[in-house]
Amino acid sequence: MGELKLMKGNEVIAEAAIRCGCDGYFGYPITPQSEIMETLMLEKPWETTGMVVLQAESEVASINMLYGGASCGKKVMTSSSSPGISLMLEGISYLAGAELPCLIVNVVRGGPGLGTIQPSQADYFQTTKGGGHGDYQVIALAPASVQEMNDFVGLGFDLAFKYRIPSLILTDGVIGQMMEKVIVADHKPRWTDAEIQKISGTWATTGKTKNRERHVVTSLNLESEKQEIHNHHLQAKYREIEVNEVRFEEFQTKDAEYLFVAYGSSARICQKSVELARAKGIKVGLLRPITVWPYPTVRIAELATKVKGMLAVEMSAGQMVYDVRLAVNGKIPVSHFGRYGGVIPSPGEVLEAMEKFIKGGK
Amino acid sequence: MTEEIIIAGFGGQGVLSMGKILAYSGVMQNQEVTWMPSYGPEMRGGTANVTVIVSDERISSPIVHEYDTAIILNQQSMDKFEKTVKPGGILLFDPNGITHPPKRTDIKIYAIEGVEEATRMGNPKTFNMIVLGAYLKLKPVVKTENVEKGLRKSLPERHHKLIPMNIDAIKLGMEKVKEFSM
Repeated sequence: MGELKLMKGNEVIAEAAIRCGCDGYFGYPITPQSEIMETLMLEKPWETTGMVVLQAESEVASINMLYGGASCGKKVMTSSSSPGISLMLEGISYLAGAELPCLIVNVVRGGPGLGTIQPSQADYFQTTKGGGHGDYQVIALAPASVQEMNDFVGLGFDLAFKYRIPSLILTDGVIGQMMEKVIVADHKPRWTDAEIQKISGTWATTGKTKNRERHVVTSLNLESEKQEIHNHHLQAKYREIEVNEVRFEEFQTKDAEYLFVAYGSSARICQKSVELARAKGIKVGLLRPITVWPYPTVRIAELATKVKGMLAVEMSAGQMVYDVRLAVNGKIPVSHFGRYGGVIPSPGEVLEAMEKFIKGGK
Repeated sequence: MTEEIIIAGFGGQGVLSMGKILAYSGVMQNQEVTWMPSYGPEMRGGTANVTVIVSDERISSPIVHEYDTAIILNQQSMDKFEKTVKPGGILLFDPNGITHPPKRTDIKIYAIEGVEEATRMGNPKTFNMIVLGAYLKLKPVVKTENVEKGLRKSLPERHHKLIPMNIDAIKLGMEKVKEFSM
């Protein structure tokens, strides 16, 4: 049924975590996502659901606390912003290697370095192309509304446990700081020990009983042949996720001659640009990847046979545009428009970029 | 109906909370709303602004480059946002502290002596509600009774006793707003 509220995106992440039965949050404050831990501290879920909320001494500590909690089959999460996520990457690679489910939220800010606290989408490569070391992926969900901030917490955990993989919510200060109407989910109780046993009992370190082998959670394997087999297994899992879990939304693509491709807050801006373009009689549509990994490659390839060109709009110097180009594979012109370093493009300048693209065809 | 509004002024003037009350009021009458603050190292005395969109339809972008209405409460914001009002749109401002009044002729310009009226009411904190009242007189996007409901929803219960005073301030703003001419 849910409950209608007016909330900030960051606040709703915290609310959704409590309501979906999260066992533990471990984090370290950083703008523009500090409201997540602030809301958790205000709500005091340890008094109601028993959820642990802990401000760790650093991001490195937080992500390793996730490793510990996830090893026990618990629903655990952290959140940070770009520089903090960079610090966590070693831990994320370990979590992926050890196949541990967890939820990580990155409210991206402008970089590189300490950069700025304003919104950015320049962590796309970091999120979808590894970031940390080794051949690994995380499932990356890119919400474009406060409602999706709520929905993707539950979905992120579900996918994480379904595939034993870290899930990551890739968002920014626009969606994090904005207030919109949201229907928050009903409270779900935290898993009992018996439920954890049923869900993760084949691998989690829930306490060895007499009649079973001990469970070892590790990302270390010194025999390279065995490590290759483990990698084969991981890759097979990633291919399965690529088949099953691609999510995207289309906006006025049916008769479109040109397409915007944009995710998260940029997709909201592009929707307005589509409205402005349509009012001028320009047939433009939008494809919005909801999962940025796995990427809607197949759909973009299909659309490349129907439209004359695609313009990737991102708050970065051009990162996701590489995935568009790979999908399009040279069939039609693909270009990029971006503002970055914390600057948000306006719907008007995005439309101008599209008009220029249409004229120049590149 | 879609109304795109920018409210801009000094931090501490109640710019963000004015936007919040407007957004809550929209929710109370089943409209779609977005409230997008300029966030960052803002502080009391610095500049602060918020974009509020109230609509009967799904809202595409919470960020826009031109506005139906600009509510401007200091000179820095006047310099930045006078030019962003759509032709035919509304600019509402408090002349207090404005050294360069608006000059555009393709928009409708109104003034509200918010600071002065709030001081006269004996409570400077009612300033933003007086300005909100002035705005609602010009653009009745939300009904006063829904503003009251919005206040009830957005204020912690211990502050509910202040609601009648806030409603009075809104009504005062509605009375005192006037067309501006050089």
